Amino acid sequence: MKTEDLVSLLSTGAETVDLRLPSRRWLLALASGAVIAFLLTAGLLKLNPALWHETSKPMFWVRESYCAVLGVFGFIAVVRLARPGLRLGLAPMGIPVVVIGMWVLAVVTLAAASPQARARLILGHTAGVCPFLIALIAAPLLIALLWVMRSLAPTRLRSAGAASGFTAGSVGALVYTLHCPELAAPFLGIWYLLGMLIPTAVGAWLGPRLLRW
Amino acid sequence: MQLIEERLRSLVLPSLAGDAVAYRMFLEELTAHLRSYLRRRLGGLPDEVEDLLQELLLAVHNKRHTYDPKQPLTPWVQAIARYKLVDLLRRRSRGDVLTDLLDEDDQVFATTANDAAEAQYDVAKLLRGLPDRQRLPILYVKIEGASVTDAAVRTGMSESAVKIGIHRGLKALAERIRRIG
Repeated sequence: MKTEDLVSLLSTGAETVDLRLPSRRWLLALASGAVIAFLLTAGLLKLNPALWHETSKPMFWVRESYCAVLGVFGFIAVVRLARPGLRLGLAPMGIPVVVIGMWVLAVVTLAAASPQARARLILGHTAGVCPFLIALIAAPLLIALLWVMRSLAPTRLRSAGAASGFTAGSVGALVYTLHCPELAAPFLGIWYLLGMLIPTAVGAWLGPRLLRW
Repeated sequence: MQLIEERLRSLVLPSLAGDAVAYRMFLEELTAHLRSYLRRRLGGLPDEVEDLLQELLLAVHNKRHTYDPKQPLTPWVQAIARYKLVDLLRRRSRGDVLTDLLDEDDQVFATTANDAAEAQYDVAKLLRGLPDRQRLPILYVKIEGASVTDAAVRTGMSESAVKIGIHRGLKALAERIRRIG
């Protein structure tokens, strides 16, 4: 077929394009992924019985904001990486800023604590399982985000996969807080972060394999 | 450069709103720019130019919902062209050409080339390989120029099934071309 014939084929009967489709798909992916993550948390792990009581502690809200703000920065990167020719901008730089903020808080907490209490602040009661449970809870979100990413046009596949993974990890961590009893800053700075980085690595690995178009 | 941006945007915005005449002009101008760009980039692989050009046009068409009217158009096209070019060369695993191609300076919209040619693979033949529920809507609506309603009557499909058939068929076509390349 001649190229001019292809041009004619593509333009004949061209329909109106729904330009809000990408944003609708992203919201649907986030919402459905979060619902499944919640069902996994409530069904498999059980919600924290002290949850309501803990909402009165400032560290509870520090933890929620930590996960939520990282999720927002990740999501901005996801949305931009799905459209060709868009610059990432400064939003991804917010991620290290938030993480370093948590580390500073962790150091302050450890310095103020007695030497005997420090190990408990770092390891909590669940350090061994926390990163893996966050990765598990994040899995449906990662699948949903990659699914939408595939329908759009990422041109940097590894970054697009990694950003999807990080967003899934932080939103997954946010849902996981409904189960998790840990509130200490050193714990959040290490094990929560690791939990978010597992899906990030998986996403970076899957990106070039799944997102080709 | 600014002129090309304004000109192409003035065509693409009505195109996205369903203006087929503007869309045709947009694709024709884009074709000239992309052909010239690919000739420069694929100096060592002249046979690939028309193939990749058609693959690119299909990609621009299939991914046009990822263009945000608030963003400039030329970087959007440029990013798609570079992505497809690198993808092609990775498929050919021609590492030597690849390094040369990653040179950021070369612009899609620097020049144009209008001497049309045929691609090596035959889109018409690839089209025949599609299932009827995709092939017939493309044949009637996109090649014969019938209306969607008309195509729905002739195929016995619903109008939305005809539209979906066209959409999926063009995506499948792009995928097949990519596999061949």
